[in-house]
Amino acid sequence: MSIEIVSVNKQFGSFTALSDVNLTVPSGELTALLGPSGSGKTTLLRIIAGLETPDAGSIRFDGEETTDRHVRERQVGFVFQHYALFRHMTVEQNVAFGLTVKPRKDRPSKKEIKERVHELLRLVQLEGLADRYPSQLSGGQRQRVALARALAVEPKVLLLDEPFGALDAKVRVELRRWLRRLHDEIHVTSVFVTHDQEEALEVADRIVVMNKGRIEQVGTPAEVYDQPANPFVFDFLGSVNLFHCRSEQGQARAAVPELSVGYVRSHDIEVERRQNDGAVEAEVRHIQAVGPAVRVELLVRGTGKTVEAELSRDGADRLALGVGETVYARPRKMQRFVGDYQI
Amino acid sequence: MATKPIRRNTVIPGFGPTLGYTVFYLSLIVLLPLSALVVKTASLTWPEFLSTVAAPRVVASYKVTFGAALAAAGVNAIFGLLVAWVLVRYRLPGKRLIDALVDLPFALPTAVAGITLSSVYAANGWLGSVLEPRGIKVAFTPVGIFVAMTFIGLPFVVRTVQPVLEELEEEIEEAAACLGATRWQTFRRVLLPELLPALLTGFALAFARGVGEYGSIIFIAGNMPMVSEITPLLIITKLEQYDYAGATAIATVMLLFSFLMLLTVNLLQKWSRRHTA
Repeated sequence: MSIEIVSVNKQFGSFTALSDVNLTVPSGELTALLGPSGSGKTTLLRIIAGLETPDAGSIRFDGEETTDRHVRERQVGFVFQHYALFRHMTVEQNVAFGLTVKPRKDRPSKKEIKERVHELLRLVQLEGLADRYPSQLSGGQRQRVALARALAVEPKVLLLDEPFGALDAKVRVELRRWLRRLHDEIHVTSVFVTHDQEEALEVADRIVVMNKGRIEQVGTPAEVYDQPANPFVFDFLGSVNLFHCRSEQGQARAAVPELSVGYVRSHDIEVERRQNDGAVEAEVRHIQAVGPAVRVELLVRGTGKTVEAELSRDGADRLALGVGETVYARPRKMQRFVGDYQI
Repeated sequence: MATKPIRRNTVIPGFGPTLGYTVFYLSLIVLLPLSALVVKTASLTWPEFLSTVAAPRVVASYKVTFGAALAAAGVNAIFGLLVAWVLVRYRLPGKRLIDALVDLPFALPTAVAGITLSSVYAANGWLGSVLEPRGIKVAFTPVGIFVAMTFIGLPFVVRTVQPVLEELEEEIEEAAACLGATRWQTFRRVLLPELLPALLTGFALAFARGVGEYGSIIFIAGNMPMVSEITPLLIITKLEQYDYAGATAIATVMLLFSFLMLLTVNLLQKWSRRHTA
């Protein structure tokens, strides 16, 4: 089922959470709402779910007006960051909850409910844990129970609010890959909120980048990463890997107007020992090995600006850099935006 | 082979002294008076004891006391939960005032409460003058006892339920709503089980207070033998007649009943908390 969001506004006191948001989520896709905290992404998700009402605008499910429909009748599955499991119920009872609260005429028989629950527990790989209480499960397991519980009522839309936010790094990566595979299996229209660009890039079919209550860009992971629409998107999708480069520097010298700024990701900076065309002279300030990559902080001569380059282990070993040495930095790929952008 | 006693390393020092102090204090404050009660009762012979505690007037007083306390605690459990709910969930003008009012039955001297209640519910009182022409007699009947017990028991339920309610995440209600549960189903199946342990504690405390209450009840009860006489009053009566052994015998029975009630509630509580690992 597709979701249409038409000119939605939402205000909390004097804080504008969403201003004139328009978005279409195509049926069967996994869409990520990506943005920093306070960007309105969770508010938008909660408005889609019906947990929040927009001040203006409307929500349509498959073209059908849904704005005034109660959350109970929207048939959405919602997964919370902190699981929101019912502590006094076993895993099985938690998953069965949505089925057991149905009006008697629509409610499946006890046997059918049990079968359905076990089928779902198989799907989320928690079959042996049906009789446990949530307090006896790990964070990753709890979130999978929450997912199974949301899927039990066969929702038309699955909404996930920072579903991996409360988990530790390794489990987070495992679980998001698993979610991607799960989505490939069940194809329910899904929207998930995240502030982690890596998570969005890895999992989503489409990414909606949000900032200050507005949508900055909508596109596939490749589009938003390779062709960011504006400096914000560029910065947010590779936050630490930003290279600030004025037009009077390097190869951008003559080609661009005065006020434009070139943006280069840190892994798109070539560090060389010899001066090549378009390179700037810089001094090595700091070298830091981070897992498979080596981060090098460079001080560009004559400008006082620092630039961060990310090299592969191999490349760094070949250069054999030392702090204080002079090197030449050359952007391999640069994107220019007119006007100054403050980060 | 010599076994070395295991010494646990702990951040908090003074396990020995604090345990010693606790045992000593509890013995002095709780166990000593209670054992004196039993010892005094033991001066009676078994038939004497039975004839005292099973006298029709005494049995009637048990029924009135425990019955009214149970009913009052039950009413408080329901309406106390409601008050706690309103205080936690809604923003309303004068909320702090209402919050403070809840504690009033705690703070008020029981005699003051008793006089106030009986003057309000008496035939010429504010409420009594409205109720009595309609055939509802409150003052000087068992209903009056129930009213007084309800009054003094309210804070116990509110104050035990309130913090638990404050800690409940609103997300679990939202989760229930997303899954299609109605408000009632959410309350019945999601919130109530979470609140039940605290509610039971509040109920037990209100009940215990009701059973033990004297000051606020004797004014409104009317104290008619076999009808509206509470057990604590009988104990006092016996004491005034210098029948110390008889008084302690009845007291021992009350103690036993209260202990059994509290034990039951504790077991219920344990059962309702079975899910917490």
